[in-house]
Amino acid sequence: MKKIYDKGKTLTGLIIFVVLVSSPTWYNLVFGKGNYVPDLKVEKNGKECVKRTSYMKKNHMELLKVWRDEVVRTGNRTYVREDGEKFEISLSGTCLKCHTNKQEFCDRCHRYVGVTPYCFGCHNIPRETRK
Amino acid sequence: MIRLIYAFVLTLFLILIPLFGVGILGLTRFFSIVIPYSAFLIFLAGSILRVLSWVSSPQPFKIPLTAGQQRSLQWIKSSYIESPYNKIGIFMRMLLEILFFRSLLKNEKTNPHVSKWLLFTSNKRFWLMSILFHYSLLIIVFRHLKLFFEPIPSIVNLLSRIDALFEISIPTILLTEIIVLVCIAYLLLRRIVVSQVRYISLTSDYFVLFLLLSVVLTGILLRHLFRVDIMDVKRFALGLFLFNPYIPHFVGSCFYVHLFLVSFLFAYFPFSKLVHAGGVFLSPTRNLENNSRTIRYLNPWNYPVKTRTYDEWEDEFREMMKEANIPVEKEDRKI
Repeated sequence: MKKIYDKGKTLTGLIIFVVLVSSPTWYNLVFGKGNYVPDLKVEKNGKECVKRTSYMKKNHMELLKVWRDEVVRTGNRTYVREDGEKFEISLSGTCLKCHTNKQEFCDRCHRYVGVTPYCFGCHNIPRETRK
Repeated sequence: MIRLIYAFVLTLFLILIPLFGVGILGLTRFFSIVIPYSAFLIFLAGSILRVLSWVSSPQPFKIPLTAGQQRSLQWIKSSYIESPYNKIGIFMRMLLEILFFRSLLKNEKTNPHVSKWLLFTSNKRFWLMSILFHYSLLIIVFRHLKLFFEPIPSIVNLLSRIDALFEISIPTILLTEIIVLVCIAYLLLRRIVVSQVRYISLTSDYFVLFLLLSVVLTGILLRHLFRVDIMDVKRFALGLFLFNPYIPHFVGSCFYVHLFLVSFLFAYFPFSKLVHAGGVFLSPTRNLENNSRTIRYLNPWNYPVKTRTYDEWEDEFREMMKEANIPVEKEDRKI
């Protein structure tokens, strides 16, 4: 083994490096929430969702964007799915019929993955107490 | 130009590995668990060994590169950051170097537009692009911490919000996405267009840029085009660091390409030029005091040379010297 110069400084630097790159491990161990997976509440009020769950999980924001543009730009409030099924384009009228609780559905997951969509900056959700 | 093509083909090959492995062979377990863990281990061990190899090389001289007056007489004004003589000066110099890349401002070139005389001015565009590039990468790394920390620290959320300042489209197009792409394009074009830089560019120089570019592009695609179930991704990322691996189900090949390229980047890190991230702390031209004229610096590998002083020599030959009337010194000194 070769001689190591500046042992103290080197060791300090290396310890800082190891602590930084392993920070997710100890941070999650300290807070003990590493295994937490949000439980999303859905009430099945009638029909199935506009799109398949696997599509909605990844692309719900895309659908909402298309709907927003449709309503705002053309005033069309009817969405026709590929198979001919018709839906009213409305966040509170259609989406919130099943996903009744914003706090326990939208917010829970958005908070988990650190997303702050700007939709709710303007759109008030009924029955939600704003802080 | 052949080096550029080598680097490009190598990057394409790297992209094809996960596409083939996951898309055709279906090796999800291998690509989501074995690859990230081994890459992280190589990164950790490689970086530590790299630093140890640096600090075990002896330093024969003090070799600070200075650009200011060194401290000498009190009435001569010295520059304590440009030519530091104590630890505070070193600290200031290193801090400015690491945070603001001052060395790059000394990347001077002749500028015929300033005056009719030959004048050297600093290449500020390169400095600007470089600093934007590094800080964008830092913010991008910080943004990714939302996948590794639960609950998410508020600073990470704040940075993401600032990054999404313009609220263009959903999901928002981020500032760093654009800045980092512009910077990589600039750094690549610089190596292709400027003939002097092209001449000294190696395959690895191009390769690092292509690798970062492919990481950034797959990341952007994952956000805006081939979206994944991000909840699943977070569960996967947390599982990796808590040694409770979870294979994500709702992700496509684009996710695996991104993950594989990032893993490769980490594993390649200690063996590439990218270790300048650690090396900047240990660069002897920046972190040594310019005090070799006030404090003697001993070369650590000085060999113990067998010497014979004049006094010893005189002890042996004193009698003969006296006989020959040669003056002796040691005996006279005692009187």
